[in-house]
Amino acid sequence: MTVLQVRGVSAAYRKNNVLRDVSFDVQPGSLTGIVGPNGAGKSTLLKVMLELHPKLAGSVSFFGSTLARTKTRVGYVPQRGSVDWDFPTDALDVVMMGLYGRIGWLRRPRRIHREMAMEALSRMGMADYAGRQISQLSGGQQQRVFLARALVQDADLYFMDEPLAGVDAATERAIMETLKELKQNGKTVMVVHHDLQTVEDYFDHVLLLNRTVIAHGRTEDVFTKDNVIAAYGGALRWLKELSS
Amino acid sequence: MNALLSPNAQWVLLSTLILGMASGMIGCLAYWKRQSLMSDSLSHAALPGVVIAFAIVGVKEMPVMIAGAAASALAGALLIHWIRSSSRIKEDTAMGIILSVFFGFGIMLLTIVNRTAGGNQSGLDGFIYGQAASMVRKDVYTMLVLAALVILIVFAAFKEWKLFLFDPDFAKGLGLSRRLMDGVYLGVLVLVIVIGIQAVGVILMAALLIIPSVSARYWTNSFRRMVLLSALFGGGSGMGGTLISTFGANWPTGPFIVVASSALFVISLLFGAQKGLLVKAIQLRAQKQSVARSWSGEPGVKEGSAG
Repeated sequence: MTVLQVRGVSAAYRKNNVLRDVSFDVQPGSLTGIVGPNGAGKSTLLKVMLELHPKLAGSVSFFGSTLARTKTRVGYVPQRGSVDWDFPTDALDVVMMGLYGRIGWLRRPRRIHREMAMEALSRMGMADYAGRQISQLSGGQQQRVFLARALVQDADLYFMDEPLAGVDAATERAIMETLKELKQNGKTVMVVHHDLQTVEDYFDHVLLLNRTVIAHGRTEDVFTKDNVIAAYGGALRWLKELSS
Repeated sequence: MNALLSPNAQWVLLSTLILGMASGMIGCLAYWKRQSLMSDSLSHAALPGVVIAFAIVGVKEMPVMIAGAAASALAGALLIHWIRSSSRIKEDTAMGIILSVFFGFGIMLLTIVNRTAGGNQSGLDGFIYGQAASMVRKDVYTMLVLAALVILIVFAAFKEWKLFLFDPDFAKGLGLSRRLMDGVYLGVLVLVIVIGIQAVGVILMAALLIIPSVSARYWTNSFRRMVLLSALFGGGSGMGGTLISTFGANWPTGPFIVVASSALFVISLLFGAQKGLLVKAIQLRAQKQSVARSWSGEPGVKEGSAG
C-alpha cells in the first residue's frame, strides 16, 4: 500500500510559482531524502503536504485517506529556526508537546506521559538535559529535542525539515541512527536534506526536486550525475567530489 | 482612609485586582505572540464604539458600553488584518493607522456627544484616562464575571496555549486548529480590553497588558510561573493604582495603575532572578573571576577545569 500519494501539486508564494505539477508515491518503510538547490521548494513541499501552506492545484493522500483522518499517524519536525527558543520552557516540556494529541485537548498530562517523554529524550541521548531551559541548549541539542518530540508521537509517516542543518557530528550520528531505527520498525520517513555528499549513505530513496520532480526512486537508480545536474543546473563545484 | 471604608470603594478595588490579573495573563499570551502593540491598537480602537453605544442608548450601562467597545475593537482588528493581507503595508504600520484613525474618530464623536444635552454628565471622558471610582456595584459584577471567564479560558486550555504560542505549525499538525486558537485569542484579548477601559482608560489599558508580562519574564524560565507572576503583578498594580487614585478627588485611575506597574517593572529589570541586570552583573563577575583564577594558576589547571 502507498503511504503517501502526491498528484499534480502546485503552490506559490505571492506571485512566484514555487511548485509545479509535483507527483510521486512513497512506499512504506522507506527513508527518502528530498534533495534540491536553494529555492527548489523542498520546505514548501512539506508544508503543502501538511496543509500548512495552501496548494493551488493537485491532491495529497495519506494512507489512502485525507490528512484530517490520519493526523495521528503523521509526524512533523519543523526547521529548528521556525520557533523562538527563548520561550520559557524546558526540554522535557517540549517533548511532551508531541503527546498532546494523545493526552487529549483540555486534559492535563499524567505521569505516564512524562515517562514516555523522558524515554524519548533518553533515546536521543538527552536524558541529562530534561530540565534544561531550551534557550540554553546548543543547536544540535535543540534538534535532538525536536526529534524526541517526533518520536513520542509514534507516527507511521514522518516529515523532517533539514534536521541535520547546522548540527554537530555527534548529533548527526544520533539522528541518523534514530532514522534508521524508525525505518527498521516499518516507519516511513521523508527528510529535507542539503548535503549531497551524504545522500548515498543516508537514504535508500531520493526525491530530486527543483520546483517539480526531477527524479524519484531508489538512491542507486536515481542519484546519478545526470539527474543531479538536471536538478541543480550547471554551477556545481562539488560534482568532482561526487564522481570521485 | 475614609474612601477605603466605603463598600463601593472596596468593590472597585476588588474589580481592578481581578482585572489586573486577567490582563496580566492575557498579556503573556500577547507577549509570546509578539503582539504587545496589537493590544494598544485595539484598546484605542474601542473608543468610538463606546461613544456610539452611549449615543444610541443614551445611558451609561456597562454591558452596552462593553458591547460597543468590543464591536469597535474587533472592527479595528479585522481592518488591521485586512490591510496587512491585501496590501504591501506591514503589520506595525497597519496597527499605527488603525490606532490613530479610530482614536481620532472616537475623540471627535466624544466632543459632539458632550456638546449635546446631558452629554457632559455622561462621564464618557472617564473612558479616556479611566475612572474606576465611577463604577457602581452592578458594573463591578459584570467586570468580575467577565474577568473570571478570561482567567478560566487561559487556565482550562493552558497546555494548548503553550503549544500554540511556541510552535503553531506543530500544533496544527496535531490537529489544534490555528484559526480556532487565533479566534479565541482575539476574543479574550478584546474582552479583557473592553472590561478594563472604564477603570484604566483606552489610552493606558495596553500598559496593563504589556508591563506585567514583561516584568514577569525577568523572574522565571517557566511559562506557567510567568503567567502566574504576571497575574500577580497585574493584580497588584491594578489594586495599588486604584488605591492611590482614591486619595484624590476625581483623580484618574489609569495613570496611577501604570505608575504602579512601572515601579514593579523597574524592580524586575534590576533584581529579576533570571534576567535581571543585577543577577547578570553578578554572574559576569563570577565568570571573570573564575577565568582569572584559571589563567593565573599553574599550567594544566585550565585544561583540567575545562574538561
